[in-house]
Amino acid sequence: MRKAAICMVSALALLAAPQAFAAKAEKVKIGFVTTLSGGPGVIGKDMRQSVEIALDHLGGKMAGVPVEVIFEDDQVKPEVGKQKTEKLVHKDKVDFVSGFIWSHVVLAARKTVVDAGKFLIISNAGTSQIAGRLCHENIFSTAWQNDQVPMAMGEVLNKRGVKSLYVVAPNYAAGRDMVNGLSRTFKGKIAGKDMTKWPDQTDFSAELAKARAAKPDGVFIFYPGAHTNAFIRQYSQAGMTRTPLYSVFSIDSLSLPRLQEANTTAVLGTYNTQFWSPDMDTETSRKFVADYKKKFKSYPSHYGAQSYDSIMLIASAVEAAGGDLSKMDAMRDRMRKADFPSVRGKFTYGNNQFPIQDFFLREVVKDADGNWTTKIVQKIYEKHQDPFAEKCKMKKTW
Amino acid sequence: MVTWTLVFEQLLNGVQFGVLLFLLAAGLTLIFGIMDLMNLAHGSLYMLGAYIAATVTHWTDSFLIGLVAALPATLVIGIVVEVLVLRALYRRGHLDQVLATFGLILFFNESVRLIWGPAGIQVPLPDFLNGSVDLFGVPYPMYRVTVIVAGLAVAGFLYWLVVKTRLGMLIRAGASNREMVAALGIDIKLVFTLVFGLGAALAGLAGALVGPIRSVGIGMGENVLILTLVVIVIGGIGSIRGAFVGALLIGVIEILGRAFLSTLFELVLPSNAAETAGPAVASMLIYILMAGVLFFRPQGLFPARTG
Amino acid sequence: MALLNARNLVVLATFALLALAPAYAAWVETPFYLDLGRRMMILAIGALSLNLIMGFGGMISFGHAVYIGIGAYTVGICAFHEVTSGFVQWPLALAISAAVALVFGVISLRTRGVYFIMITLALAQMTFYLGISLDQYGGDDGLTVYAPSDFAGLIDVDDDLSFYYVVFVLLALCLWFSQRLIRSRFGMVLQGARQNEGRMEAIGVPVFRYKLTAFVIAGTMAGLAGALLANHTDFVNPEMAHWTRSGDLIIMVLLGGMGSIAGPIVGAAAFLLLEELLSGVTEYWQVIFGPFLILVVLYARGGILGFLSRKDGGDG
Repeated sequence: MRKAAICMVSALALLAAPQAFAAKAEKVKIGFVTTLSGGPGVIGKDMRQSVEIALDHLGGKMAGVPVEVIFEDDQVKPEVGKQKTEKLVHKDKVDFVSGFIWSHVVLAARKTVVDAGKFLIISNAGTSQIAGRLCHENIFSTAWQNDQVPMAMGEVLNKRGVKSLYVVAPNYAAGRDMVNGLSRTFKGKIAGKDMTKWPDQTDFSAELAKARAAKPDGVFIFYPGAHTNAFIRQYSQAGMTRTPLYSVFSIDSLSLPRLQEANTTAVLGTYNTQFWSPDMDTETSRKFVADYKKKFKSYPSHYGAQSYDSIMLIASAVEAAGGDLSKMDAMRDRMRKADFPSVRGKFTYGNNQFPIQDFFLREVVKDADGNWTTKIVQKIYEKHQDPFAEKCKMKKTW
Repeated sequence: MVTWTLVFEQLLNGVQFGVLLFLLAAGLTLIFGIMDLMNLAHGSLYMLGAYIAATVTHWTDSFLIGLVAALPATLVIGIVVEVLVLRALYRRGHLDQVLATFGLILFFNESVRLIWGPAGIQVPLPDFLNGSVDLFGVPYPMYRVTVIVAGLAVAGFLYWLVVKTRLGMLIRAGASNREMVAALGIDIKLVFTLVFGLGAALAGLAGALVGPIRSVGIGMGENVLILTLVVIVIGGIGSIRGAFVGALLIGVIEILGRAFLSTLFELVLPSNAAETAGPAVASMLIYILMAGVLFFRPQGLFPARTG
Repeated sequence: MALLNARNLVVLATFALLALAPAYAAWVETPFYLDLGRRMMILAIGALSLNLIMGFGGMISFGHAVYIGIGAYTVGICAFHEVTSGFVQWPLALAISAAVALVFGVISLRTRGVYFIMITLALAQMTFYLGISLDQYGGDDGLTVYAPSDFAGLIDVDDDLSFYYVVFVLLALCLWFSQRLIRSRFGMVLQGARQNEGRMEAIGVPVFRYKLTAFVIAGTMAGLAGALLANHTDFVNPEMAHWTRSGDLIIMVLLGGMGSIAGPIVGAAAFLLLEELLSGVTEYWQVIFGPFLILVVLYARGGILGFLSRKDGGDG
C-alpha cells in the first residue's frame, strides 16, 4: 500500500515536473558555421577558440541552462554551408545559428534559418545585401558592413593628404565592395586600379610593376587570408617599401605571426582600419584578449572578437527570456538593445540590426614581448552607421 | 602611362612565371606522354615540395638547405606514390586515373593540414637574394632573376637528359614501345618509376622556389595544376619542347593580359565597361587561348609524335 | 535473364528508399532528410546526364557542372527580373543549356581523349570566371532566388514535400528517357562510336553529329538539374559551375558504375551519404575519403553496381 502510494506520488511528480519547468529549455543549442578545413581553416580555428573563451566566461551556461555549440565546416562553399545549415536547423534543431565568415555562404544559408523562425547571428560576413534589402528581424550582426572599414580608410587618406592612390584588390564581390567603400570617402585621385583573379592568383608581379610605374602617394590593398602575406612579401621584394601601404581586413592577428616568421619587416608601421584591435581599452576586450592569450598563446583576431560577441549577444537574449527559448520577442527585444558586455564597449543597433559603432586607425607595431600586433592610433568614426541601412525596410523602434 | 620599360618589366614577369610553370609542366608532360597517365596529384607534389623546403628552412635557418632537401624528399614521395598507387593505373583509362589521383589530392591536402595545421608557412629570403638588380634600367627583384636562371638551367638539363643520355633514350623508347624495351631485358617498370620520381622532384623544386615569393599553403597545388595542364595541352602532350614553349606563352600572356588589358579596353570602351570587362577577360584569357589552339590544332602546338 | 539480379535490386531499393524518405523524415521529425534526399535526386539527374556522354559515348567531360550552373542561373536571373513563371523559367533554362552545350560541343568535339577532357575543363573555367565577373548578378556572392518558380498553382515548388515528389518524378522520367535513348538506334551508334569510331565512320555514320546530339541532350538534362537546384537551394552561385563540382559529378558516375544506366543514381546517393557520414565523424574526413576513392578505382571497377553484378556477369 505504502509502496503504491510512493509510486503514485513519484509518477505524479514526474508528470508534473516537466510542466512546472516547461518554460525553461533543457539546453541552449547554437549552430556555428565557419571554415575549418583547408587554408582558411585558420580563421575558423580562431573563431572556435574565441567561442570557447566566451563559454568559459559564461561558465557554460546561459540563464542557468547548459549551452551546446555545434561547429560545422562550410569548406568556403555556399552549397556546403547551406547544407550544413539545413542540418543544424532541421536535424540538430538548434535555437540559434551563428558564425559565417563568407558573404556568399551566409547569403546561401540565410533563408533556411529565417524560414525556420530561428535567429541568425552573423559573426563576420558583412554583405551589403543583408544590411540592406535582405535585412530581417531575426538577423543580427556582431561585425560590420563591408563598406564601413574602407570608408574609414578613405577618411584617413584624406587626412594624411594622400593625393594619388593605387588600388589592388581581388576581383570578387567583397573585393569590389571594398573598393566601392573606399571611393565613397576618398577624395584624391585613383592613380590605377587592379582587380586580380580570385582565389588562384598569388603572384602580383604585374600589378606591382604597374603600381611602381604610377608613382602613387600610397597603395591600398584588400587581401583576406594567405594572399595578404604573399602580397606584402612581393611588395617589399619589388622595392616598394617607400610607398606607404594602407590595408583593410588584410593585416590582422592571423597574418602577422606568419609575416613575422618570414621577417617581412615592411609590414611594420603600415596602417589599417578596423572597429577593434587587441589593445582595445574596454573591460571585456582586456579580459577576452588576456584569457585568449593565456589559453592559446597568441593574439585573437577581429574574427575571434566578433565570435565572442556573438555568443555574448545570444547569452543576453537567453537571459532576457529567462531560459525560455520560445519567447522570441523577448529575446529579439533584448538583442536590439545591444545590452551585453561587448569587446567594443557600448554600441547600438541600427534599423538593419547591424552595429552602429566606432572605427579606428591601427598601426602595426611590436609589442613588449617583440610579437607583431596592431595598436589603435586614433578614432576615425564615432557611432558610424553603414550606408545600406537606408535600403532596409525595417524601422528602428528600440 | 604605358612605357617601354614597363612593358619590358612585365615581359620579365611573364618569363619568370612561365619558367615556374615549365618546371611543373616538364614533369607532368613526361609522365603524361610516356606512361599515358593523367596525374591530377602533380600539384600536390608541388605543395609538398614547398612545405618541406619551408620546414627545413626554418630548422636550419638556411633557404639553400631547404631548397636542396625538398628535391630528394619529393623524389622519394613520388616514387612511393608511384609504386603504391599509380603503377596499377597505367593500363586503366584516363577516367580511373582522374578519379584515383583526385583521391590523392584530397588525401595530401588534409594530411598537410593534419601535420602543419591550416595556417600555412612563410619562408624568409636569404639576404643575398633579397635585393634587386638593374636589368637595362629596370630594377628587378634579385630573387625573381634567380628563379628565371634556375628554370632555364633545368630546361637545359632536361634537354641533355632526354636527348643525350641512356636513360633519356630508354624514356623515349619506352614511350613508343614498352613491350619491345622490356623484351630487350630492360626493366621498363624501373624506368617509369624513375621518370615519375624525376617529375615529382621537378614539381617539388618549383614548390620550393615559389615559397619565398608566394605563401606556402594548402590548396596551392590545385590552382597551379590547372594552369600546368593548360600548358602541356597547348604544347602537345609528351613534348618537353612543347611544355617549354607553352609555359612561356602562358606565362607571358597571363601577365600581359593582367597588366594591360584594362588599359587596352579603355581605348575602345567606356571606362565603366572597361573596368568590368578588363579583369573578367584577363582571367579567361588563357582558357580562350587554349580553346583556340585546340580548335585549330587538336593535338597541341608540338604533337609528341613528330617532336 | 534474371530481372531480380543484385543490380536491379539495388536500383529498386534506392528508388523505394527515395520514395519513402519523406515519410521517414516526418516520422522522426527530421525534415533534414527530405532536404538531403532532394539534393541527392537533383545531383543524380546531373550525374545521369553525364553518364549518357561519358559512359555510353566515351566523352569524358570535365566541365559538366557548367550546364547545371547555367540552368540554375537562368532561373536565378529570371527571378531577379521578376519573371517567376516556371513555364517561362524552366523551358528557358533547358533551351539556354542546350544552346551552350551546342556551342561548347562543336568546339570540343574536334578533340579526342585527354585533349577533350582539357578543353571541356577550359570552357568550364571560362564560364566560371564569367559568372564571378557578373557584378550585376552578385558576382561570386551569387543571387538569392527570392521567389520559387511559379506554376500557376498546378505544382507548388515552395512546398517541401510536393517539390520533393516533383524531383522524384523528374528523376524517374530522366531515367526512363535515358534507357529508351541508349537502347534506341541512336544509342547503339553512340556506343559503337565509343568502341571504334573509325569503323562507324567507314560504314557511313556521321559520328560527329551523333556525338554532338548526345552532348547537347546531356547538357540540356544537366540544365534541368540546375533549374531544380536553384529552387532547392533558393540561390545561385558561380561555385555551382566550378571544376571541382564537375569532378564530383564524375565521382558519382564512377562510384555508381559507369555505363550502367541507373548507376549514377546509386552513385549520387552513395556520394552524398558518404560525405554526410564522414564529415560527421571528423573534420579531417577527406583523409579517409581520398584513399576510399583510390580503393574504388583499384578494386571496385564498375562502381557499386558493377561490383554487385560481377557474379551474374553484368554487361558493364
